[in-house]
Amino acid sequence: APALAEKLGLGRPALPEEVAAWDKDVRPDGLGLPDGSGSVEDGEMIFADSCAVCHGDFAEGVGNWPKLAGGANTLDHADPLKTVGSYWPYLSTTWDYVHRSMPFGDAQTLSADEVYAIVAYILYSNDLVEDDFVLSKENFLEVEMPNADGFIVDDREETELPLFTAEPCMENCKDTVEVTMRAAVLDVTPDIGEEAAAETPAEAEVAEAAPAAE
Amino acid sequence: MTDKSDPTTTRRGFLKAGLAAGGAVAAGGAAHAAGDPLITEIQPWAQGLGEGVDATPYGLPIKYEGDVVRRNVEWLTADTISSINFTPIHALDGTITPQGCAFERHHSGAIELRKEDYRLMINGLVDTPLVFTYADLERFPRVTRTYFLECAANTGMEWAGAQLNGSQFTHGMIHNMEYTGVTLRTLLEEAGVKPEGKWVMVEGADASSNARSIPLEKAMDDCLVAFKANGEALRMEHGYPVRLCVPGWEGNMWVKWLRRIEVGDKPWESREETSKYTDTLEDGTSRKWTWVMDAKSVVTSPSPQMPITHGKGPLVITGLAWSGRGAIARVDVSVDGGKNWKEARLAAPGQDMALTRFYLDHDWDGSEMFLQSRAIDSTGYVQPTKTQLREVRGLNSIYHNNCIQTWWVKPSGEAENVEVS
Repeated sequence: APALAEKLGLGRPALPEEVAAWDKDVRPDGLGLPDGSGSVEDGEMIFADSCAVCHGDFAEGVGNWPKLAGGANTLDHADPLKTVGSYWPYLSTTWDYVHRSMPFGDAQTLSADEVYAIVAYILYSNDLVEDDFVLSKENFLEVEMPNADGFIVDDREETELPLFTAEPCMENCKDTVEVTMRAAVLDVTPDIGEEAAAETPAEAEVAEAAPAAE
Repeated sequence: MTDKSDPTTTRRGFLKAGLAAGGAVAAGGAAHAAGDPLITEIQPWAQGLGEGVDATPYGLPIKYEGDVVRRNVEWLTADTISSINFTPIHALDGTITPQGCAFERHHSGAIELRKEDYRLMINGLVDTPLVFTYADLERFPRVTRTYFLECAANTGMEWAGAQLNGSQFTHGMIHNMEYTGVTLRTLLEEAGVKPEGKWVMVEGADASSNARSIPLEKAMDDCLVAFKANGEALRMEHGYPVRLCVPGWEGNMWVKWLRRIEVGDKPWESREETSKYTDTLEDGTSRKWTWVMDAKSVVTSPSPQMPITHGKGPLVITGLAWSGRGAIARVDVSVDGGKNWKEARLAAPGQDMALTRFYLDHDWDGSEMFLQSRAIDSTGYVQPTKTQLREVRGLNSIYHNNCIQTWWVKPSGEAENVEVS
């Protein structure tokens, strides 16, 4: 990095109004949550109007669009269903993401109360609260997320680097080489050099064959 | 006169022609009794005039390279906006990715943001929250560095098995560019990071925001706020006018259309580091903050999109290697599925966290091959097999698949994506 003897004096101080307009993020400890509240009942109506077309009436997902509910206790299964209820560790993330980036194509149009209501409805859809629940800034941190303890910090240094730093074999490393899997059998690659993309395989096959490129 | 309206303008046409001819195109051009007409007859380009210098103020590749383009795989995502496409790495050589075919990954589409409308804010635990214009950024001391950007999901579709038939699709969520910009450290020091500041959150100007938390140590080390790539302004789809570079770390953190950097005392645990970009292990727990991209390589030719059409004899086996932990020190290549390995030749010494080109000059006897490459980086890390990775992680990690790839090259010269024992 270039050595700077002192600050260059470039830029200008950000005004409080400007910081407030852009700094919308909410942390797991609640930092950034605005005043407000919303009920499951209100959330159901707002969700039906603004979200259900993609995410389904019960947050169960439509077509290939993300499922927001369901999948409890599937994380160690062959095909885990990762939703807000089954996977997300912090409720703050749901509030923050919905507020900043949803609905898809019309982001940043929801008021704080509307976001509290939608998040309450998503909790209800995941069987985590009763239908008379009201979510607010005050009770936000009391909500327990089922997979809050489901994450560990990257441990590759301990679990993988020792395995993968040995000097590798160069000659006569194995006796036989058998083909165990072939992409041509699955045949889901778009045709090369032609405009038409591959035909969409049956949805169940996609789910099984390939995780979304998220 | 040679017919120039032949159907070889697409690679598919070329392949069909080449393979139909038994994969044996004679060396030195077609043999005719009276000599090769491309030599013995005067060709139009040797007689008439080509295009003037004012014909193309900003050029595109010649039409015969029309297949060297980004491609998407429609069934991977719900729509084409929050989606991915793939760099045609099978057809490229060297290490610099042409920007026009360098892959894209958006969460709310590629936005159009003018330099005049651009603002960058630094706020949070700083002495003075600041706002910069684009013009301000151009006045800071500059650096130029070359780095790869690999999507965390590159090769992710291959966890469960061999799925997509081509290095473009299995390994093409990557590009490598020479970036020019200002170090993130320079900007953070201009605002003055308070002692409590341990993390930064970076977000884009687009609707998705793509917010990610980065530890201050990395932010102050080698992150770059870039406004040029491969000599020119960033392309719209790559973050014009300003993006973040996070060398060696997963592409998701390279926030495009960068609009705000907040300093905090804890990470934010945003959607892109909880719901996404966390890696589920076999027991159902998930790794988070798997930032570094491990050492990886792939043979780009021969490969499913690049069959051998010239018959037996001299064959260039080539590919790419890279590591987020340092420089590529060595690449080994096997033609027999990992029974035996030969050290490949690096086109240039490996550079930290940048693509490295390798070659193995091979005399092909026309029999089937199981082509593999194995990267070793400057830390001694050896690229693992998929079996080795699955033993640690299971099948549901989605991200960070840096396994050894196998191409089954058949006697016809065609190649297929396979897994081998």
